[in-house]
Amino acid sequence: MDVELLEIHQHMGKYPPFDGLSDELLDRIAENVEVRYFKTGSEILRLNETVNELCYIRSGAVEVYRRQGELYNRLGEGDIFGHFSLLRGHRVRYPAKAIEDTLIYFIPGAVFQQLCDEDDHFADFIEVERPRLESVAEEQKKSNDMMVTRIRKLLSRYPVMVETTTTVQAAAQQMSNAQASALLVLKRGKENPRFSFSDSEGVAWQMCGILTDSDFRKSIVAKGLPPETPVGDVIGSHLITVQSDVSVYEAMLTMLRSNVHHLPVLYRQRPVGVVHLSDIIRYETHSGLYLVSNIFSQSSVEGLARLAPDVSAAFVRMVQEEANSHMVGSALSTIGRSFTRRLLEMAEEELGPPPVPYSFMVNGSMARNEQTIVTDQDNALVIDDAFDPELHDAYFYQLAKFVSDGLDACGYTYCKGDVMATNPQWRQPLRVWKEYFRDWINNPSPEKLLHSSIFFDLDSAYGEEVYIETLQDLVATEASKSPLFLSAMARNALNRTPPLGFFRTFVMEKMVSIIIPSTSNGVAPRPW
Amino acid sequence: MVMIRPRKKIVQSDWNAYLKQRGQQAQDSAIQRFFQASMPSGDTPIDQVPMVALDMETTGLDERRHAIVSIGIVPFDMNRIQLAKRRYWVIKPPRPLAEESIAFHHITHSEIAHAPDLNEVLNDLLDALAGRLVVVHFRHIERPFLDAAVKARRGESVLFPMIDTMSLEARLHRQSLWARFRRWLGRPPVSIRLNASRQRYGLPAYQGHHALVDALATAELLQAQIAHHYQPETPLRDIWT
Repeated sequence: MDVELLEIHQHMGKYPPFDGLSDELLDRIAENVEVRYFKTGSEILRLNETVNELCYIRSGAVEVYRRQGELYNRLGEGDIFGHFSLLRGHRVRYPAKAIEDTLIYFIPGAVFQQLCDEDDHFADFIEVERPRLESVAEEQKKSNDMMVTRIRKLLSRYPVMVETTTTVQAAAQQMSNAQASALLVLKRGKENPRFSFSDSEGVAWQMCGILTDSDFRKSIVAKGLPPETPVGDVIGSHLITVQSDVSVYEAMLTMLRSNVHHLPVLYRQRPVGVVHLSDIIRYETHSGLYLVSNIFSQSSVEGLARLAPDVSAAFVRMVQEEANSHMVGSALSTIGRSFTRRLLEMAEEELGPPPVPYSFMVNGSMARNEQTIVTDQDNALVIDDAFDPELHDAYFYQLAKFVSDGLDACGYTYCKGDVMATNPQWRQPLRVWKEYFRDWINNPSPEKLLHSSIFFDLDSAYGEEVYIETLQDLVATEASKSPLFLSAMARNALNRTPPLGFFRTFVMEKMVSIIIPSTSNGVAPRPW
Repeated sequence: MVMIRPRKKIVQSDWNAYLKQRGQQAQDSAIQRFFQASMPSGDTPIDQVPMVALDMETTGLDERRHAIVSIGIVPFDMNRIQLAKRRYWVIKPPRPLAEESIAFHHITHSEIAHAPDLNEVLNDLLDALAGRLVVVHFRHIERPFLDAAVKARRGESVLFPMIDTMSLEARLHRQSLWARFRRWLGRPPVSIRLNASRQRYGLPAYQGHHALVDALATAELLQAQIAHHYQPETPLRDIWT
């Protein structure tokens, strides 16, 4: 295919329903799109106008209205509209308007018809009008099927690539830095047409091999080769690859057949990633775990925020697979912690290492492993006793702010009660925390009871776990010795009504959106 | 950024008269066909003008020493950019490529080894441009290079009106009162390069340096400029140069 259409092909390949299409069908779309720019506020589809094209949002945002003018849907990059009109007599029933400066790709009706005829998945997506969540759920259910999911969906990043002249030592360093278990070896030129491609600078490259962790053991260390050996000398001559649009199942078969654990994935001749057997296993067994590994491979807050829809999708999938509330709660908490950890790693990369050790404490539902999909953040910083506010607090404030803003971007909204490490009250050295905890236990006023009910569910998300363990021990020993505290807590608990209505239907509470009853004792997670 | 010094005056005060005259006098049949095709006049409202976005990759900035290595065109109007009707040619320059120029245009030796000379694709190119208004970003490359290349091969000049999206941006950002105020404050001038200009209109960033991608990018930019700063009925005369 022409290089210039790659831009269109790659963009569409990321969004449903196009992500399920073969490369060939995607090319056919890219070949035929027409383009138009719409300024903010201009109409894209007018009521009763004839449409002959499917509209795809390349950039910008669009609102779709009902006939009476009420808002029907708000769409963004990668979404499509106009397909209902295309299916029903080509008259616009739902007019559309650009609410930002928008670039639309128009897919001609004839191509649209071919897509519906040739790809069942695409036709299903288009055919029935369904609520968004439901179609996402179905999407997930389908992707459960390894025959349908395409291998490109499992790729989380570009492959690590080196030239044949690189020494094995430098290559090993590069792999370690990138935390990759395999790298691709390239050289200039295009003698081998199967693996030749040109990069964005137009330089022609060809892939000549792959070097994996086990190759380092078998072909280098075991043979006693010096670290200066060029990688070109140690790679095998036979290279097994798959195309990016083969199914996960096919990729797995290829691995088994050829007895390899790593497969370079190509789009045409261009390498776009490497899949490992474990990627496939992880994908098949648990989409939640797959998501976690994806979280750790992100390198920016924006990248993390893009995963937010996957969290809801993972939730829906677990519910549909009839996971119990405990499994769902702990899976979502693990995901939430992973976001927190990754953000802290990024914050430390940006701000430098911490001046004194600390532990990032999570509280409430995340600490109890009872998280749901709609949840806010509760966190605090427990810092080493060497903490000097004058010298160190600026760093920890920055750190807390980075994480808190990042979590908010990922869908964990700011805590309304300000139980966040950005609040100076909750950014304190261990000794101050011990004082807090003792005070709350010994003088249980209503306000302090509220604090203890939040903070006594505590767990370490990152950093020195020992601080949190100290505090946990403190609660366990001191609280049991304080009858005043225990009776106050008991009274508090009795005042709460379990959120179960008649006939076991759930009651919506104001403070949390959805309550899932915990199986063990019938008491709902508390709403903080 | 290399500054291009104007070498000769190629701005025509009355394009319609010039085009008519060339239609009668042209010797080469393809050039004659090109000039006889009815070009929209200066009074035509912009939303009725058939256009074609054109971009070239060259081996350098001087049409006397450097050559064209690729040409991409995308026909469009204010309603649609017709990507399906795009054309793209890689062209073999008369002299072999210098190594350093590859960095400039990203076309490699092997790509041009079997490419035709411009003369072989010129008829196709002129036919594809005929009757449409050519839109470029920075006309001081496309106009002199095409003119010089045609003159060298067919002995005749090919000049025609163009819309230059860069000079439209310059009018807004370099010549306005606000721009003079910024300059007076000592602020750096607003970038009017293709990608920077596109960003101001919320257009996505494309991987640049391919003649066809850049032609598509230019067409999108013009649609955005007209939508923001002009009316659909703005006469062509106010926009072309």
